[in-house]
Amino acid sequence: MEAGGAPPGSAVEVDGLVKRFGELEAVKGIGFTVRPGEIFGFLGPNGAGKSTTISMLCTLLKPTAGAARVAGYDVVTQRDDVRRNIGLVFQDPTLDGYLTGEQNLRFHADLYGVPRSLFPERLRQVLEMVNLWDRRGDRVETYSGGMKRRLEIARGLLHSPRVLFLDEPTVGLDPQTRSSIWEYIRQLRDTEEITIFMTTHYMDEAEYCDRIAIIDSGKIVALDTPEALKASVGKDRVQINTDDDEATIAALKERFDLEAAVHEGAVTFAVPSGGEFVPRLFAELGIPIKSVSVSRPSLDDVFMSYTGNTIRDAEGSAGDFMRMMIRAGGRR
Amino acid sequence: MTAITPDVVRVAVPERSVRHDMRAVKIVLERELIRFWRDRMRMISGLMQPILWLLVMGNGLSNLTRLPGASSTGVDLKTFIFPGVCAMSVMFTAMFSAGSIVWDREFGFLREMLVAPVSRSAIVVGKCFGGALVATAQGAVIVALAGLASVPYNPVLIVTLLAEMFLGAFALTGFGIMMAARMKSMQSFFGLMQMAMMPMMFLSGALYPLNGLPTWLSVLTRFNPLTYAVDPLRQAVFAHLSVPAAVAARFNPGVTWNGWRVPVGLEIGIVVALGVGLLGVAIIEFRRGE
Repeated sequence: MEAGGAPPGSAVEVDGLVKRFGELEAVKGIGFTVRPGEIFGFLGPNGAGKSTTISMLCTLLKPTAGAARVAGYDVVTQRDDVRRNIGLVFQDPTLDGYLTGEQNLRFHADLYGVPRSLFPERLRQVLEMVNLWDRRGDRVETYSGGMKRRLEIARGLLHSPRVLFLDEPTVGLDPQTRSSIWEYIRQLRDTEEITIFMTTHYMDEAEYCDRIAIIDSGKIVALDTPEALKASVGKDRVQINTDDDEATIAALKERFDLEAAVHEGAVTFAVPSGGEFVPRLFAELGIPIKSVSVSRPSLDDVFMSYTGNTIRDAEGSAGDFMRMMIRAGGRR
Repeated sequence: MTAITPDVVRVAVPERSVRHDMRAVKIVLERELIRFWRDRMRMISGLMQPILWLLVMGNGLSNLTRLPGASSTGVDLKTFIFPGVCAMSVMFTAMFSAGSIVWDREFGFLREMLVAPVSRSAIVVGKCFGGALVATAQGAVIVALAGLASVPYNPVLIVTLLAEMFLGAFALTGFGIMMAARMKSMQSFFGLMQMAMMPMMFLSGALYPLNGLPTWLSVLTRFNPLTYAVDPLRQAVFAHLSVPAAVAARFNPGVTWNGWRVPVGLEIGIVVALGVGLLGVAIIEFRRGE
């Protein structure tokens, strides 16, 4: 296939992808398609198989079975073509702290064969985008965590990839830096004609994606737009404050047949149409209500309804084990 | 130009080519040099050991080995040890440079290199030449101290020493990279290196002449590749000294195989062949890792 060929139908195409590490089946035959130009979120707890999947799509791991095409190229048989067309930002930093920001990017440009005549302008463009142009001459070891991540994003973009993979781009960053990283990501889509494939386990961040796939224990359990996924849960979250939580929970069970529990200091339960339920609640509960709040389902609720777990509960020793496996595998 | 510009510069990454691979070799090599230059501490600490050998051991032991006729020319144990110290300093630096692959792996930078659309050989060759250049640079500092060992500052001698050191450094970096290809932590790499380097150094003729040794020791030194990197250096130094034949025979006996004196050309050939061979193995290891 030629480099300058027509853009492929889909940015990423995955079919029956399996990865086994010995006994452990980390990815259990997943399939999905990412359309060109979208921000696609891969959501799941640590250890669900997100990083393993991304490693296979980036040609760093060989699939045990199944096929995947990225930017129109097969990840096993056309590895170099895939590599020329993707940008990567890993979970763990991969910068050389001894080099300056500019030197790190020049290293990347030479390794990827970015034409020398275009490099200065492109360098300026990507560095200005992440607001690091003024710091380009400083050694990377003097950068903060957020600056390093921004520099990695700039580096991943330097060779104008068609698909940018971001593996947990905001993990370990403070909220302010996280939101600024998201600003860059959204800006990118407008300026660069790029498809963004990202993993995250922050539910609030998944909201920014055009579509998300929820992966749990190596399988995709749901895939749709955040709105559609939330609608599919079909229930609103109602939280009420009373003087006696125990009695309230018992009363909800008895009169409305609802399972409730105390979350965030309030009695919490889910009903199909929260707004319409509230008048009935006041009329029939029989316990004075001090305050009430109704909220639309969040992606947390979506995750819960598809996996039976909150994303934090799902993270545990299995996750640590997977990370270990991935590191061992990521050596190549 | 503003931060966000609608006319974004688009880059098309070219297909793999020899030119592209050469560019990759060059930048990997350049990075080694930049890192070495930035890390002055390493340069200074790398000098410590050779200087101890040259000044302390060389001076200290000279009293034991004073030869009649030698003192008038200023040639003593220091002069003898000088090429050995050059080789040692090159060896330590070369191994350290090779170890940076393990470092890169631990700190993730290796992944940035391995996911690039460039051949593994380009990365390994770049690392190897970079390491060899850095080691030669470190060796050049020792050469600059030649006067302390009564070795003349002769331009031909200096160029010869630098060239021979480069070849030795190349082989040693190749060896180091071959070992580093499988290592996951700096600790285990340096543990292994210590285990390999000490015997290599002691069996190389860097610190004592290789004639009149017990057979077992003599055989071991002949099988040690470093022997063939040290001897040409010493031959070069003694070719630029005017010392009585007895002194030259004692201090510079050369390397013999069953009584046959191995010519310098063959010694250098052995070193180069070994370097190329080890580099080849290192490349295969990195390819197989995929």
